[in-house]
Amino acid sequence: MTWKLFFTSSIGKKFIMALTGIFLITFLIVHCGINAMIFFNDGGETFNHWGHFMGSNLIVRTMELGLFLFLIMHIVQGLTLWSQNNKSRPVKYVVKNSAANSTWYSRSMGLLGTLILIFLVLHLYHFWTPSRFGGMAGIKALDETSLATYNNEEVHNLYAEMKLVFENNLLIVVVYILGVISLCWHLLHGFQSAFQTFGVNHKRYTPIIKGAGVVYSVVICLLFALMPLAFYLHWVN
Amino acid sequence: MEHYNMNLTLKIWRQKNNQSAGSLETYQVKDISSEMSFLEMFDVLNEQLIVAGDDPIAFDHDCREGICGQCSMHIDGRAHGPWTNNTTCQLHMRAFKDGDTIVVEPWRSKAFPVIKDLMVDRSSFDRIIQAGGYISVNTGNAVDANSLPIDKKDADNAFMAAACIGCGACVATCVNSSAMLFVSAKVAQLAQLPQGQPERESRVLNMVAQMDKENFGNCTNTYACEAECPKGISVSNIARLNREYLSAGLSTEQ
Ligand code: HEM
Ligand code: SF4
Ligand code: FES
Repeated sequence: MTWKLFFTSSIGKKFIMALTGIFLITFLIVHCGINAMIFFNDGGETFNHWGHFMGSNLIVRTMELGLFLFLIMHIVQGLTLWSQNNKSRPVKYVVKNSAANSTWYSRSMGLLGTLILIFLVLHLYHFWTPSRFGGMAGIKALDETSLATYNNEEVHNLYAEMKLVFENNLLIVVVYILGVISLCWHLLHGFQSAFQTFGVNHKRYTPIIKGAGVVYSVVICLLFALMPLAFYLHWVN
Repeated sequence: MEHYNMNLTLKIWRQKNNQSAGSLETYQVKDISSEMSFLEMFDVLNEQLIVAGDDPIAFDHDCREGICGQCSMHIDGRAHGPWTNNTTCQLHMRAFKDGDTIVVEPWRSKAFPVIKDLMVDRSSFDRIIQAGGYISVNTGNAVDANSLPIDKKDADNAFMAAACIGCGACVATCVNSSAMLFVSAKVAQLAQLPQGQPERESRVLNMVAQMDKENFGNCTNTYACEAECPKGISVSNIARLNREYLSAGLSTEQ
């Protein structure tokens, strides 16, 4: 695949979407797995331990750069496709019965992606920025709780930060859950779509891929949705 | 099935030419037989308009037996109307009831500009075919069919892809106006036959390049095309197109 074809042809752009999408899907497994350790309800001990590992390990930090690059490629290419696709039908149908032939979320990937993007900005502001740059002016209160001592080593207390963000903040909890719901619909289509883009369409394997996509989307998103709720409802302390 | 007659209200897209803006106009037709085809019902309406001294409605049709792909009509929000795996000419009035209102629009896509009323210009498809949807062989006497053995599975798959009639329903129904199902049917057909091998790589690269030039949108795998295709062309052909494109793209020196 020449670079030109990869970045400019319609199918090449789809390959970028699928490649970066699969990478993001893999990232979410790790992200969700580590965050789910808050459910041990041990005051964040296990969670902070792994959070610290992820934040200090050189390989992981290098991959983080790759993650950002891929995320940006996914977003830029996704928004480009969305705007091109919108222009491909300048006069709309007066009557359109799309429900007869496709799911609404498969037709709304750009919209769902944009909702995820809005959520993502808020999310990075809440957790990523303070953990990498030691707090932001707007969330000063975090300062007191941002350091905890583990095995005589200072680690960033992300657990306390989650607690602070979610504990008494219904609005934030609702926004997070809505963000996760958008992600769920995006993945319900995106997971299997990425395989089709790479040319995998098989009588025996495609139903398995589709099933795995549904299980993945629902399990990951359910776990993510439970996290803010767990702090808000004091399931974990 | 029992025969019956019906009176219908039709809302039909009228548009003078490519430059003018169109609009839905309302017409009444009476005593339409449930045995008529949808296009015969249009013939009745057009005779009515001609007798009244009005401009008849322009629409494409040719074979009226479901094989030419000309009869492009978007009926009640669906390409070729309510029946699946069906063309407009093979849609029959028994799909409707007395008193129904039916909305008929042209295919809508930047790549299919309206010529007049329900007629659209599908020459973008012709240009995609010209870019690579052919094989180069010397013409002459037909060679013995058995001199070129083809695996049964390949022959069947190629034949199913070859069933595409180039109607454009896939484009018309797709949210993105993507032509991937059409292009994939042509590429998949020839890629699976020995005659298609010499031009296999250049074909897929050139046809996709032409498709991109023609203002079609990008596929997002909604699979609406497969659901509305009159010939049931499978989206597995799109997966094959993607594979062909990837391998041609990796090995090309073009
Ligand atoms: C963590 C977040 C995200 C994940 C895991 C993800 C995953 C995916 C996957 C797997 C696909 C399917 C690729 C394919 O069909 O070949 C996809 C498609 C897409 N994504 Fe995302 N995405 C994410 C965020 C976003 C964001 C922030 C946007 C912003 C606009 C976005 C926009 C799109 C669009 C427009 C498509 C194209 C639809 C398609 O090809 O089916 N995504 N995404
Ligand atoms: S793929 Fe189906 S819907 Fe598309 S042009 Fe061919 S026959 Fe028509
Ligand atoms: S008129 Fe030929 S397919 Fe309908």
